[in-house]
Amino acid sequence: MPQLAAEVDRLSLVIEIGGMPVRVHTIDPGFLGMLHDRYAGFVSSSQRAEAEFDVELTRPTFVDPGEGVHVTHRQGRWSLRRGDFQAEWDPMTRQGWIRQTANPYSIDAALRIVHTLLLARQGGFLLHSASAIRNEKAFLFAGVSGAGKTTISRLAPPDATLLTDEISYVRKLGPGYVAFGTPFTGELAKLGENVSAPVAALYLLAQGPENRIDPVAPGEAARSLLANVLFFAEDEQLVQAAFHAAFEFVSRVPVSRLTFVPDARVWELIG
Amino acid sequence: MSRLFVARNPRVAARSLDGEMMIMSGRDSTLFTLNKTATILWQAADGATPLDQIVEQRICTEFEVEPAQAQQDAEAVARELASHEILQISEQPIAPAASNVSGDTR
Repeated sequence: MPQLAAEVDRLSLVIEIGGMPVRVHTIDPGFLGMLHDRYAGFVSSSQRAEAEFDVELTRPTFVDPGEGVHVTHRQGRWSLRRGDFQAEWDPMTRQGWIRQTANPYSIDAALRIVHTLLLARQGGFLLHSASAIRNEKAFLFAGVSGAGKTTISRLAPPDATLLTDEISYVRKLGPGYVAFGTPFTGELAKLGENVSAPVAALYLLAQGPENRIDPVAPGEAARSLLANVLFFAEDEQLVQAAFHAAFEFVSRVPVSRLTFVPDARVWELIG
Repeated sequence: MSRLFVARNPRVAARSLDGEMMIMSGRDSTLFTLNKTATILWQAADGATPLDQIVEQRICTEFEVEPAQAQQDAEAVARELASHEILQISEQPIAPAASNVSGDTR
């Protein structure tokens, strides 16, 4: 009797962002190559994985671009859904699956969500902010779209190492916080360096007629931080974890408002 | 006239920072910053103390306000907070539940 189903090679890749390895399995060599290119600098040889996903590639279908992200927790499993992908993940077994077409954007969105879930358990978060290392210290520049994240990243001097121009990766390690480089890019479309440093300050970005740093009241600091934390899950425990993580952060890291004119002299105030 | 009892909803996250009380709804992640009256109400909302007693002992002593007006305002605030599921309101005492309130972080 001939064997009807042939064994297919299962290809794997570990994408390690923020020191959190995530292993991805696929049977499509082309897709694997795409991931290698997309996450260049973040591909790891780690044997350990915080999460592991089988990616099932589907045929292209109509996708409603307006459909938002839904992240729910039920019977111990996380369910992730957006118009262009579906995924499930069990944090106990660390196993999950992603169903999407062969494109880098869907898995990128899924990874961002998974990292917010991983970080929330440890008091960390992803933040809408640019970040860079200077003099072995990390500086975060938070703001909504248009606040100047890309601009301040573009103006960074040669001795500054860009971690991201869009989404910062913040982990609570010991008594302080550490910022890691991410491949999550904004308008600059340049991957961050895969390095890390202790967070020395968070600046809330504002554009104005001069470069200056002003103190921010603790309440405003917490509100602004919470407004910029990436948060997807419709889950009470996770909401509470994110809330308390933000307050812990502002109690340990100086938060100031950085008003700047769009020229490189602003970096004279940083570091 | 029936008495009202108010209790903090244990399913919200709350923190007081430099005297400013901030609360996040676990239901929809909405963030609320309470004013002074609402903060007093929140802090005193143990489910056992009637609202009129909170008004008399905590609000009228803090602010120069007519008791009747204070009671009316406090009820409005309590109902507003209850509409966001931050407070629970009942005409009976409310059994205590685990709280998520944390103290000042600075």
